[in-house]
Amino acid sequence: MRHDHLLSAGQLTRGDIEAVLDRAAELAGRPGLVGDRHADRLLALCFFEPSTRTKMSFDAAMKRLGGDTVDMGPVESSSVKKGESLADTVRVIEGYADGIVLRHPSEGAARLASQFVDVPVVNAGDGAGQHPSQTLLDLYTIRERAGLDDLTVGVMGDLKYGRTVHSLASALTNFDARMHFVSPESLRLPRGVRFDLHDAGARLREHTELDEVLPELDVLYVTRIQRERFPDENEYQQVAGQYRIDAGTLERARDDLTVMHPLPRVDEIAPDVDETEHAAYFAQAHNGVPVRMALLDELLGADGDDDAAAADGGEPR
Amino acid sequence: MSDAPDRELRVSKIRDGTVIDHIAGGQALNVLAVLGIDGSEGVGVSIGMNVPSDKLGTKDVVKVEDRELSQGEVDVLSLLAPEATVNIVREFEVVEKKRVERPDRVVGLLRCPNRNCITNADEPVESAFEVVDDGVRCEFCAGIVREDIGDHLAVH
Repeated sequence: MRHDHLLSAGQLTRGDIEAVLDRAAELAGRPGLVGDRHADRLLALCFFEPSTRTKMSFDAAMKRLGGDTVDMGPVESSSVKKGESLADTVRVIEGYADGIVLRHPSEGAARLASQFVDVPVVNAGDGAGQHPSQTLLDLYTIRERAGLDDLTVGVMGDLKYGRTVHSLASALTNFDARMHFVSPESLRLPRGVRFDLHDAGARLREHTELDEVLPELDVLYVTRIQRERFPDENEYQQVAGQYRIDAGTLERARDDLTVMHPLPRVDEIAPDVDETEHAAYFAQAHNGVPVRMALLDELLGADGDDDAAAADGGEPR
Repeated sequence: MSDAPDRELRVSKIRDGTVIDHIAGGQALNVLAVLGIDGSEGVGVSIGMNVPSDKLGTKDVVKVEDRELSQGEVDVLSLLAPEATVNIVREFEVVEKKRVERPDRVVGLLRCPNRNCITNADEPVESAFEVVDDGVRCEFCAGIVREDIGDHLAVH
């Protein structure tokens, strides 16, 4: 992968993705493979929103690469609270670390950050925008379970605000995948994402009910519908209830259906699904470490690689 | 200006400057805003709004005296007034007709309508939009604006 930053899934080619997944597979088997290649490297973790999995897995990945992390800590105790701009914050942090992992509540935050620093920026979620490193581990999981060719994927839940959905859909256009999007009318894919998918020639259909497509699916990717997206509790309960699955729902699915979820889940996947062969979401979360190791290994490069990587320029968009 | 016969001419001819014709009805003030013309420059500005037009039903016309628009300015106009025609006038004669072409991107011109976009958060960046098929797309949040682009001008 020849990029300075990872900002959106749209910048990734099939080759980029496969290179990271292949490397992740190597590292998953032999975490010591990279030795102390990144022994003197520091990765800054800048999370302007709460995170458990993403932050801890980047932390774990960097440490398993022999490097270390510095953590901005919660926003409440940082100078952001004093009104500092993101542009200033990242320019300061750039002086402390060799790369920045950024989660921020505003769309476009990572892109903005990347314009102010020379170290690699990884978008670890920008509002309702993108979450491309999650997509890499999602694809890793799909490849392990179902393969990435001749694939039928259903994506269900909050497709409008779900950044993991936006990144995954965009990345899947690189593969031989049919996509079915299942959501309430009010939470359909946003216009910008649909534009990209059509532009990339994606084969996609949109549905309001899972029943219509469930039996065809190789993968069902479920996301959480958040209460705050609805004006009142009643409407939320009514709508969200239609997009919950349990072991009974899955009786009409193929035996080898893989059920995924970026987590955290609330009640959109009932606990009785956990015991079925379909459940892949915990393995999916575990894959975050080797995949992010591979990603960081690539973005940070080896010591001597820095100049060569810089000369290759930024992301081709 | 063949849309209306002379007896209906509402705005007099200008000696030197730019005539922007065939602007969609109601967009004239937005066109002036994009061009940064608010009257403080001291140049003569004439505006005809909702003038009958064969081509558009109604149209707006803007005449700016003693100023010749550049191609870059004309191209930005295309986002608001894709049908517009731009004539450069010297000594009452049209000396050049500029074609309106859509630019690849516009910087600093529009404000992203997505309130959650980082460009609306007091950061030291100018908005940037890529011009796509029938609209513009924010280079930061990737949101697409198709309708009423004139409502999102950052230059009012």
